[in-house]
Amino acid sequence: MSRSLGTGDTRTTKAWLVCFVLAGISFAVLVLGLNTGTIRIPPLRVLDTLFGGGSGRDHMVLFEYRLPRIVVTVLAGAGLGAAGAVMQGLSRNALADPGVLGLHAGAALGLVMYVSFFRDLEGSVALFIPLFTFAGGVVAAVLIVMLSYSGSRGIVPVRLILSGIGVASGLSAITLYWSLRLDEDTYAFTARWLAGSVWGRDWIHAVALLPWIVIVLPYVLSQTRSLNNLSLGDETAAGIGTSVKRQRLILLGAAVALSSASVSMAGGIGFIGLIAPHLARRLVGPMYQHLLPVAALVGVVILVTADTIGRSVFQSNAIPAGVVVAVIGAPYFLFLLSRTK
Amino acid sequence: MDKHTASTERNAPEVASVARPVLRAGRIRQALLFTASAVLLTLAIFAAISFGAKDLTVSTVWSAVFHYDRSLMTHRIIHELRLPRVLGAAIIGAALAVAGSLIQGITRNPLGDTGVLGINAGAMFVVAVSFAFFPDLPYGTLIILSFLGALMSTLLVFGLGASAPGGLTPMRLTVSGAVTAALLGSMTSGIAIYFDLSQDLAFWYAGGVAGIKWSQLKILAPILLIVIAWSMGLARSISLISMGDEVALNLGLNLRRIRLLGLLTVVVLAGLSVSAAGAIGFVGLVVPHIARKLIGVDYRQIVPLSAILGAVLLVLADLGARMANPPEELAIGIMVSFIGVPFFLFLARKERREL
Repeated sequence: MSRSLGTGDTRTTKAWLVCFVLAGISFAVLVLGLNTGTIRIPPLRVLDTLFGGGSGRDHMVLFEYRLPRIVVTVLAGAGLGAAGAVMQGLSRNALADPGVLGLHAGAALGLVMYVSFFRDLEGSVALFIPLFTFAGGVVAAVLIVMLSYSGSRGIVPVRLILSGIGVASGLSAITLYWSLRLDEDTYAFTARWLAGSVWGRDWIHAVALLPWIVIVLPYVLSQTRSLNNLSLGDETAAGIGTSVKRQRLILLGAAVALSSASVSMAGGIGFIGLIAPHLARRLVGPMYQHLLPVAALVGVVILVTADTIGRSVFQSNAIPAGVVVAVIGAPYFLFLLSRTK
Repeated sequence: MDKHTASTERNAPEVASVARPVLRAGRIRQALLFTASAVLLTLAIFAAISFGAKDLTVSTVWSAVFHYDRSLMTHRIIHELRLPRVLGAAIIGAALAVAGSLIQGITRNPLGDTGVLGINAGAMFVVAVSFAFFPDLPYGTLIILSFLGALMSTLLVFGLGASAPGGLTPMRLTVSGAVTAALLGSMTSGIAIYFDLSQDLAFWYAGGVAGIKWSQLKILAPILLIVIAWSMGLARSISLISMGDEVALNLGLNLRRIRLLGLLTVVVLAGLSVSAAGAIGFVGLVVPHIARKLIGVDYRQIVPLSAILGAVLLVLADLGARMANPPEELAIGIMVSFIGVPFFLFLARKERREL
């Protein structure tokens, strides 16, 4: 990143400005997205309804059917973008992504375990879904760390990526096997989930996801100093006075919580955690106090846009948002790979 | 391709260091190994024909295969359903294992496999597209398209890896392959979902040999057998390449030509396999390692032994997929993953090289 170093003040101003613009883009895409589908609400009517006007029918469609799904999409996008930024800082690896590293496959296993326990994705037990996906994500994270850890060298980057690929395939196999043992429908749901379709559509799903994001995200935002220090390298961070091991473990846990909770309602979407931090770095530079909020907002823009494209461009049979993201995100990843040493 | 030769020399502790094999098995041991694995394959095929939704006795199987009688129901089940399926699994298992052994030799990457490197996914994507837009294509045309798909993703993965600073390191190849596989796999499932492709969902996610028909087998089997035989002809050169570029160059080998021929062979094997059975991963990863452990580092033995063992693995995996949760069928790729993944992780742990 060759960027003229401004003073702290101008950078903060710039970060605020970028955040504001991204939020505006998200809002515009959402409002436009409401004008598609079987029940259309033109943008002006949406605004009118939001401020208390509109017909009773508009009111019901908006608040009962559309809004919960929108809330889920926004929260999940923010969670995935922030989780990716944290993971990249922790591993000091620009290619770290919760999906590529196999965390989502763990979350999927947790989801299938939930289904086999409760057999109900709608009722108030749905509040437990993020808990199960988080447990699955933790299992995957522990496995990957154990497999890529070497006594003399700590976590070996090569092994981290390779173990991630292997763990992802293995856990997906177990997940599909288990879901087929339940029944055909669960198998179909799981397969679609793995392709990354936003399925959370009721208020209960939004409520289930809400605490995970509104508690963990501010916590991570409060830790930007440690993230800055950790991304400088362990020796430097320890020199500055960061307790490296503990901080890294806590932040890894936070990243797993953010990404597992997000995918629990939005399907196993890869690449957002990879692209969002990169774009954020281009926009506001590498300091985490700017990078992290912007990465979260870029995540929102990506997921909201991908979901809207998947649902509106492909009428009658929506394409999962995850497929749209992969089509845009994978080439970008490959481009980055061909430039990093 | 020559651009990365310098860099691969720097980091070329061989595949051999991973497997610590017998350097070369003695004549008697070789003969024993081939005999034993051939017997194993025969047993696996007979078991796979006998067991299933309707268990049959060995004598019935025997008479159905050798004295086929159209009027008997059991004979018809064996002939129309089980036989093409089992023979298809065997030939495709052999093809995938041979493709894996070739690619591991050419790239000197112990994690090389047509699934991991995204070659299968390229073929699968093209198959999905043709199912969606031209559902009535004759199988011969589908084979050609599938091959072109495999070629496309191979060029993409290898081109990307080679153009990067530092060249085509095993690590970079594996990562770019995995991402390409994720991208194409994602697009394949998107097409399958959007067009409501009626084919069994499992086929699109992890492959399956259930749908193989005699008419497909008639085209597929001869071509694959010829290409596998042709691979054995390449084996000597591949052995030399796997020892390092310097050795091969000193012996007057045309490295670039062998690499291209080898890769082309791999693409044919993968493309044809996928056209009939979808994207089945890990066979090509696991089997060559087992073969290397058993018989040594000479590809003239590794390739044929991989072929037989790959056939055994896929026939058994298909049997397992049928028996795991009857009457439902599990995708065969899941069954292979159960065997393959622990092995892959074990190898990844042994990977000592840096980026």
